[in-house]
Amino acid sequence: MTIELKHIVKKFGAFTALDGVDLKVADGELLALLGPSGSGKTTLLRIIAGLDWPDAGEVSFNGENALAQGAGERHVGFVFQHYALFRHMTVFENIAFGLRVQPRAIRKNEAGIRARVKELLDLVQLGWLSDRYPNQLSGGQRQRIALARALAIEPRILLLDEPFGALDAKVRKELRQWLRSLHSEISVTSIFVTHDQEEALEVANRVVVMDRGRIVQIGTPSEVYDNPATAFVHGFIGESIVLPVEVSQGCVRLGGRPLLDISADGAACGASKLFIRRHDMQVGPAGSGSLEGTVAHVRSFGPVQRAEVALCAGEGKTVIEIDAPRDRALQAGDLIGLQPRRYRIFAAQD
Amino acid sequence: MSATAGRRSTLPGFGLTMGLTLTWLSVIILIPLAGLFLKTFELSLDQFWGIVTSRRTLNALKISFGLSFAAALVNLVMGTVIVWALVRYRFPARRLFDAIVDIPFALPTAVAGVALSSLFAQQGWLGAPLAALGIKVAFTPIGIFIAMIFIGIPFVVRTVQPVLIDLDPEIEEAAASLGASRWHTVFRVILPSLIPALLTGFALAFARAIGEYGSVIFIAGNLPNVSEIAPLLIVIRLSEFRYADATAIAVVMLVASFLIIFAVNRLQRWAQTRIPTH
Amino acid sequence: MSLQQLTVSAPRVDLRTEPRPMRIVIIATALIFLTVFVVLPLAVVFAQAFSRGVSAYVAALSDPEALSAIRLTLLVATISVGSNLVFGVMAAWAIAKFDFSGKTFLITLVDLPFSVSPVISGLVFVLLFGAQGYFGPWLQGHDIHVLFAVPGITLATIFVTFPFVARALIPLMQEQGTQEEEAAISLGASGLQTFFRVTLPNIKWGLLYGVLLCNARAMGEFGAVSVVSGHIRGETNTMPLLVEILYNEYQFVSSFAIASLLAMLALVTLVAKTVLERRLDEGQLLRDD
Repeated sequence: MTIELKHIVKKFGAFTALDGVDLKVADGELLALLGPSGSGKTTLLRIIAGLDWPDAGEVSFNGENALAQGAGERHVGFVFQHYALFRHMTVFENIAFGLRVQPRAIRKNEAGIRARVKELLDLVQLGWLSDRYPNQLSGGQRQRIALARALAIEPRILLLDEPFGALDAKVRKELRQWLRSLHSEISVTSIFVTHDQEEALEVANRVVVMDRGRIVQIGTPSEVYDNPATAFVHGFIGESIVLPVEVSQGCVRLGGRPLLDISADGAACGASKLFIRRHDMQVGPAGSGSLEGTVAHVRSFGPVQRAEVALCAGEGKTVIEIDAPRDRALQAGDLIGLQPRRYRIFAAQD
Repeated sequence: MSATAGRRSTLPGFGLTMGLTLTWLSVIILIPLAGLFLKTFELSLDQFWGIVTSRRTLNALKISFGLSFAAALVNLVMGTVIVWALVRYRFPARRLFDAIVDIPFALPTAVAGVALSSLFAQQGWLGAPLAALGIKVAFTPIGIFIAMIFIGIPFVVRTVQPVLIDLDPEIEEAAASLGASRWHTVFRVILPSLIPALLTGFALAFARAIGEYGSVIFIAGNLPNVSEIAPLLIVIRLSEFRYADATAIAVVMLVASFLIIFAVNRLQRWAQTRIPTH
Repeated sequence: MSLQQLTVSAPRVDLRTEPRPMRIVIIATALIFLTVFVVLPLAVVFAQAFSRGVSAYVAALSDPEALSAIRLTLLVATISVGSNLVFGVMAAWAIAKFDFSGKTFLITLVDLPFSVSPVISGLVFVLLFGAQGYFGPWLQGHDIHVLFAVPGITLATIFVTFPFVARALIPLMQEQGTQEEEAAISLGASGLQTFFRVTLPNIKWGLLYGVLLCNARAMGEFGAVSVVSGHIRGETNTMPLLVEILYNEYQFVSSFAIASLLAMLALVTLVAKTVLERRLDEGQLLRDD
């Protein structure tokens, strides 16, 4: 099932939640809607599900106008952030619900319903919980039951709102892998909303980055990570060092001093921001790179050592954090040279 | 009114349920109340004023408002004592007494009326010893006062109780650790934070007592100008087919109770801004 | 139960309590007050009802007039509770599950009968349907009896019990939100299926709570009904009205016998209410985890 959104606008009173969103989703994709809270990602998901209605724009599934249909007619499986399990029903009845409310003509008989529910319980590997009530389940179990319930109606599209938002870190990791393998098993077009960039990059085939009601970038995880389209995307995805710089006459200056080996190619003149990933900062002897600084503090853990470096450029007050490999031991007080391997320059307004 | 003009909202039934709600509300509440005010407008201002300021009406209103206010004051004080005992102390049958507080809510007013009347009658369980002391309760304004206290008890208790339960114990401990005496802590720290709830409970008890009919008329004696409450005067005027008089008195009472309810709403909003809910 | 329970047994000084004599004075004051003003009036009802023995009590209740009053009370309560049940659920659905402007005002209107004196609640129907009322002449012309008849009594009862069900449901349904209903709709359930299979099971205790209080008030209402009833013996006397009539005729045993039935209704309502409140609290706990 393909999904096409054309110029979706949605306002809540004076607040514009979605400001002209266009998006095409290919059949069988696993797409992440990534953005900070208030970026409109959940509203977009609810519009696709038919739980909210846009003020303007079109939604079509396989080229057919979906806005003509109510939520119940769209055959969209929706997994709510807080699961919205029916608290007075057992796990079994929760999953069976969508089957039981079907019109009599197409409704399965009791045996058929039982078989289908059992199949889904096996799929989410929770068959032993079938007689429990939602409040007797852990967060991760509720999440999987909510998913099984959504899958029961054999949805053409699966939508998940912050599927791992309410879970603790360890369970999140497990469920991420599980969701990815589940998707490859059932290969239904799926969209999930998240504010966690790591989650989006790790699970999705394609990531849609949203900010203030607009889509700012669409791409594969590596595209959005390596080639962020805007300062917002760069700042939101991955941890970045941001330096306020001045671009003029093909030269990039920090605190008035030109930065060697940093090209201003393609950057507009004026106040700008220089973005560098922490681990893209190469450490060398003093005087060797485009930047120079004094190590203020070093913490070593895992594969890297994280150093706070007070830059000599400008007023000397700028402190940045870099991740350096542990082969070259840094010590507080060291004067070092820093050379960005990769960097991006965006206009300061962006 | 619903999600977006011309489009559906997700959950069905808004139009139907809202339509029927407004219809039912109009038929049962709004049209009858509007009829009351329309009837009042049939009176000239002089007529209205004449009715309301006639000696008997004025006395009835004075008795209703005055005694209601006094009874609400008693309820304010006793309600605080009861809440304090129920919330702060453990004693035998505490839960039973907690449940008993609701009886004036639940007991039909006529039953309360005959019971109080019989209890305080001259040969009654309490009336006899009081009579021996020379105090006559039944068929005097004191009887009205007693009945109004009875029906007002739950209001103060039930509005203040949850607030006292939710009161952060650390406030008191902080006051005590700063060297405040217990007396000081209670009157300067705890009671001030209960004020919105206390005033709300007082206002609700007051409003209820003004309109009360059933539990009062049996014990009141109903002597014009002495122990005749305003609701009873409405009933009497109705039985005399003096609809205009009944309506005028009713409007005065209704406006008064709306003002009290309005005050209660403002009080609660004030309390919310003053003490933010977590 | 010993006096020791009155005190905090731990030797450590509790900063949050008063000296023991003070505590005893406060507890004693509260209990004496409640006993005088609540327990004794309740006790006197039963004492008077049984003052001439059980047979007199039974005889009082099997009097045709008493039976007719009981029948009328049950009839009026059934109609009033039924209609306010339907109204209350619909109002709560519209108010709690949807956003619209003027919601607070609408809730205030629903609450209105609570702040109207019972006598005035009856009066408004006299003004509409009485001989000098707006619809009085028309009704007389068509020989329809509203006032001093069962329809008037029922209308006045519906008026005074109007808010109970809606009030019990609105906060509960607002707190429960719309997510479960949205889930049901997106799984293909119709509106009615959603209501009966998802919403209703979640609000059943709150609904029962509202119905219970509504019923207690409907059966016990005196002021409003007294104004519209006309006190026609054996025809338009509800139980509370019969209590009044018999009391004024000095038939104390009969009066208090009927009063004792109403008092028992109140007690049963209170017990059930306490049980339901506990249920509702538990429900809240389940939702919170």
